[in-house]
Amino acid sequence: MKILVPVKRVVDYNVKVRVKADNTGVDIANVKMSMNPFCEIAVEEAVRLREKSVATEVIAVSAGVVQCQETLRNAMAIGADRAILIETDVELQPLAVAKLLKAIVDKEQPKLVILGKQAIDDDANQTGQMLAALLGWGQATFASKVEVAGDVATVTREVDGGAETVAIKLPAIITTDLRLNEPRYATLPNIMKAKKKQLDIFKPADLGVDVTPRLTTLRVDEPPKRQGGVKVADVAALIDKLKNEAKVI
Amino acid sequence: MANLVIAEHDHGSLKAATLNVISAATAIGGDVHVLVAGHNAGAAAAAAAQVAGVSKVLLADNAAHANLLPESAAAQVVAVAAAYSHILAPATAYGKGVAPRVAALLDKAQISDIIKVIDADTFVRPIYAGNAYATVKSSDSVKVVTVRGTAFVAAATTGGSGAVESVAAVADSGLSIFVSAEITKSERPELTAAKIIVSGGRGLGSGEKYREVLTPLADKLNAAMGASRAAVDAGFVPNDYQVGQTGKIVAPDLYIAVGISGAIQHLAGMKDSKVIVAINKDPDAPIFGVADYGLVGDLFEAVPQLVAAL
Ligand SMILES: Cc1cc2nc3c(=O)[nH]c(=O)nc-3n(C[C@H](O)[C@H](O)[C@H](O)COP(=O)(O)OP(=O)(O)OC[C@H]3O[C@@H](n4cnc5c(N)ncnc54)[C@H](O)[C@@H]3O)c2cc1C
Ligand SMILES: Nc1ncnc2c1ncn2[C@@H]1O[C@H](COP(=O)(O)O)[C@@H](O)[C@H]1O
Repeated sequence: MKILVPVKRVVDYNVKVRVKADNTGVDIANVKMSMNPFCEIAVEEAVRLREKSVATEVIAVSAGVVQCQETLRNAMAIGADRAILIETDVELQPLAVAKLLKAIVDKEQPKLVILGKQAIDDDANQTGQMLAALLGWGQATFASKVEVAGDVATVTREVDGGAETVAIKLPAIITTDLRLNEPRYATLPNIMKAKKKQLDIFKPADLGVDVTPRLTTLRVDEPPKRQGGVKVADVAALIDKLKNEAKVI
Repeated sequence: MANLVIAEHDHGSLKAATLNVISAATAIGGDVHVLVAGHNAGAAAAAAAQVAGVSKVLLADNAAHANLLPESAAAQVVAVAAAYSHILAPATAYGKGVAPRVAALLDKAQISDIIKVIDADTFVRPIYAGNAYATVKSSDSVKVVTVRGTAFVAAATTGGSGAVESVAAVADSGLSIFVSAEITKSERPELTAAKIIVSGGRGLGSGEKYREVLTPLADKLNAAMGASRAAVDAGFVPNDYQVGQTGKIVAPDLYIAVGISGAIQHLAGMKDSKVIVAINKDPDAPIFGVADYGLVGDLFEAVPQLVAAL
């Protein structure tokens, strides 16, 4: 079976973004971009399933600007077999991404799509669930363990009170949580190999998908700054502050 | 205009997060209805009917909803959606599973994790781990929204006089099957609803030390216990302890961060706490940048002293 892995190019998780002075957005000019960490975990999981001969092919797909090719090469260096870029300069929102991915699923007929649970730029946590709904498939979000046997994936999910295990019928959607696996480092030989792997490019119009945004960002603000407080000399001083100044104990 | 709140519940009662969502729905304006999709969930529906501001409760009671699986829940919401301009769910593991499915089935965008209602079309939500707040306006005819609980006060559990109306339940989707749950048992207050949280990081060194050092403090303060991702990854505590961008968002009156450096992903989950205390041996740890009271020192000495003095 084929596994499709959607990967998003985002501002690197180590970068602390700044709000633009004119409040139109955050300044991402000249900041380091990387693959969304949850997507890396998704690629790793898919590659492991291929290594265990559960899957036969892993296809990475990204939607966005031309530079997403770097993200796709990175996915192929981790081990994806080939890649698809849906190239557009339009700001993509999760519903549009889900529709684009549905078009790719219709073409490629994978049995499993593994996405990140959340993109760390928009923090939306929507795309996998939306894609599942558009396809009429089952979903197992926030996966910390995945086992595939025959036509069923048994997935342990991280939920608010602990963990939950569900069995989903394939084809299905899985979204990854941080503890699912630890992605391998791409080695130099694998980075070189990835450069030669197949990368196909489509436009949203080729797929017949309208990606017009439904949400308009009116402004972006800096969150209220917390005043860094004081350093206290010792435990006695701390208790005094908590009792008499903050009055929280 | 009418708002539909997707209740999170355990059939017998409402989860606390539902009350915050009801407040957000009230802030939008118009009638507030609550959908309880459950099995033998009459008690949860009755509780919802009592909540201040709720004028009607829709109860879809069926074995299809016994395990609260998102495929059936989303189909249930869509079955009753026609009457509503806004559909709201808590930004919890449950709500995040259901709401985007609803949005996609209705061909609407979803606005995730709102922290403020500006008007019926316009909402504020954090992006980039809370390092920026975006004000977004929706052009859709129906707004599907998830709500950050800590940003809205809980609606009062009494004072409402809603009628409970049974609605036809959808058939089980059959797409997924519940196998088991390993829910962490604790006598402590729930992390997202606690007034005081004692939270530990990698600095604790091990699960044994985490429990040995922090449990007495949490006991003294009747606090919930939380953790950084590093502490969870190292296996000190279960995953549901994690506070942060990709864990739980908390805003207690007092948050005590012990042996936590203060990475942006952690700060994203706790920087709206009223009072923050940090105990860390590194005077330059970023956590001190947000702490009201910082104590520089060895946690293995400071915390027992604190326990003894309380
Ligand atoms: C995609 C992504 C999502 C993430 N989401 C989250 C999230 O939701 N929540 C989260 O917390 N993290 C998250 N992280 C991880 C985050 O980046 C940090 O790695 C993590 O928060 C660090 O945890 P820590 O502060 O416990 O460990 P460290 O950064 O290692 O800090 C340990 C601290 O303990 C102090 N210390 C050590 N010994 C002592 C002692 N004896 N006495 C006093 N102090 C001591 C040290 O000075 C240090 O400051 C995420 C990362 C990624 C990539
Ligand atoms: N532009 C995109 N291209 C490819 N995959 C995406 C894109 N946007 C989101 N995704 C996938 O959807 C997941 C969740 O993103 P989000 O719903 O935006 O939080 C990501 O981890 C990716 O797997």
